[in-house]
Amino acid sequence: MPRTITRSLGQVAFFVALAFFVILATFPFYWMVITAFKPNSDLYNLGNNPFWFNQRPTLDHVIYLFDQTLFARWLLNSLIIGLCVVIITVITAVPAGYAMARMTSRKGEALGIAIFLTYLVPPTLLFLPLSRIIAELGLQNSMWSLVLVYPTFTIPFCSWLLMGFFKALPIEIEEAAIVDGCSLFGAFIKMAVPLSVPAILTVVIFTFTLTLQEFVYALTFISSSDQKPITLGVSTDLIRGDVFFWGEIMAGALIAAAPVAIAYNLFLDRFISGITGGAVK
Amino acid sequence: MVVVAETLPRPATRFQFLLDRRDALEAVLIAPAILYVLLLVGLPLLLAIYYSVSAYTLYNPTWHFVGLANFEQIIQDPTFTHTLANTFIFTFGSQLLGLVLGKFGAFLLLRPFPGRKIVRALIILPFAVPVALATIAWRWMFDSLYSVITWTLIAMGLVERVNAPNWLGDPHLAMLCVIIINAWRFFPFAIVIFLAGITAVPQDVLDAATIDGAGFWRRNYQIILPMILPIVAIGLIFGIVFTFTDLSIVFLLTQGGPVGATSVLGFAGFQTGIVSGDISHGAAISLFMLPVLLVVVIFMLRFIRRREI
Repeated sequence: MPRTITRSLGQVAFFVALAFFVILATFPFYWMVITAFKPNSDLYNLGNNPFWFNQRPTLDHVIYLFDQTLFARWLLNSLIIGLCVVIITVITAVPAGYAMARMTSRKGEALGIAIFLTYLVPPTLLFLPLSRIIAELGLQNSMWSLVLVYPTFTIPFCSWLLMGFFKALPIEIEEAAIVDGCSLFGAFIKMAVPLSVPAILTVVIFTFTLTLQEFVYALTFISSSDQKPITLGVSTDLIRGDVFFWGEIMAGALIAAAPVAIAYNLFLDRFISGITGGAVK
Repeated sequence: MVVVAETLPRPATRFQFLLDRRDALEAVLIAPAILYVLLLVGLPLLLAIYYSVSAYTLYNPTWHFVGLANFEQIIQDPTFTHTLANTFIFTFGSQLLGLVLGKFGAFLLLRPFPGRKIVRALIILPFAVPVALATIAWRWMFDSLYSVITWTLIAMGLVERVNAPNWLGDPHLAMLCVIIINAWRFFPFAIVIFLAGITAVPQDVLDAATIDGAGFWRRNYQIILPMILPIVAIGLIFGIVFTFTDLSIVFLLTQGGPVGATSVLGFAGFQTGIVSGDISHGAAISLFMLPVLLVVVIFMLRFIRRREI
């Protein structure tokens, strides 16, 4: 009898601890949802219970966001920036990852590590010189500056990810193609690339989410409201003077964060095995 | 260009010859990536170093060499030493908190229970969403008047409305808030790293240890921990690099305030270099990150090498 009590007590403690973690992780998002759909009279009333709707939920904040602010424009900007960066990244990182994976001797591995280390060079170290370079190119205050700069972190990361993938791809398939009359380059284009579509898809998703998450370069290079990507627009442009429009800000944050969160969850395992570079074997 | 050369029906050109040599082909394939990184990471890095030893500002862009004068001026500035100390407190405080939460969370998630996948997906959220958006949500939660945390504390009878904590207005509380947000952002990452490490420990090793009489703690700290150390180290290196150089949380939450209490290197570099246009001093401030980054990178390289042996 006492044994079953200890066991069920342990069970309770386990689920309490688990609940603590889930609440810790998700409360800010719950808070976004609640704030986004509360009318202002409910939101800014200290007497009300803040955890639930005291009045009917409203879509006013979302409507305001699309009607009165540049929110839709920011969404479009982010989409354009993301797509361009994805194209640049795939075109450069797929061949690079393949070359590094197929290099004989340890040259490929060394190059891979060198490229990956550049991923660790932080934006806050590079933003000053890069802002000068962008000014020289006449791209200051334009979203195209981000298209130029974002591949500096997506290329290293994705090359490394793809190197790991191509290493796991048996070289015999390409050798067979070469015996059948394919050139070396043909073997890469006609054999290795079609077989790596799942990995390339992962790279596409990650590149896109990385561009959505970036903040420092966007903040440094862009000050015109109509050129801002979504993350920057929502977090800096919905504040008039000193007044925060919390309902609108939270609605915007929610809309911008949701797709990233979903994509990340689906591809998380590949991300982790990517950055740890097979440290677990 | 290369693609075109290939799709033509066997033109016996120089390109064809080039593309059939393995080393030449590899060089061609890898060149765009390397060029991109050299031009937009390598060159700016050198420029940053050059700015830091010159008297270059946005208003007076001369390339006048001043040696280490910028660094000397910065070090003598008490607000900078304060910023440097803040950066270390912020980094190690949040990493420690994140690691403790991560280890504990991983321990919970190791056990199978119904709905584990959903719980894992929910716990990952802080690491998945853009940090700027999450920080804005936290700012709202730390609002001086409408803070939900304050409301809860008052409702529980722990504090009065008149002396409610001013989360972002008090120097110590503001630093604590910044640390909490960063730890909150990184603990899911730590959980995933720990989980990846622990599940890779072979079961037979653990069984053998149990048979030999190793208890729970001994298995945990003398077998599992040393075995997962490499992967935890790599995760930690990521956490340290991205925290030490962070700008977004401080920028969006406190603007370095109150009175510089939460100013960190990235933020100070931004304020001096971009907002004030004093590029050379801004670059010099940012370059103080470099020693820490170098140490971290050396550690990382050593780990990678050890793994290969």
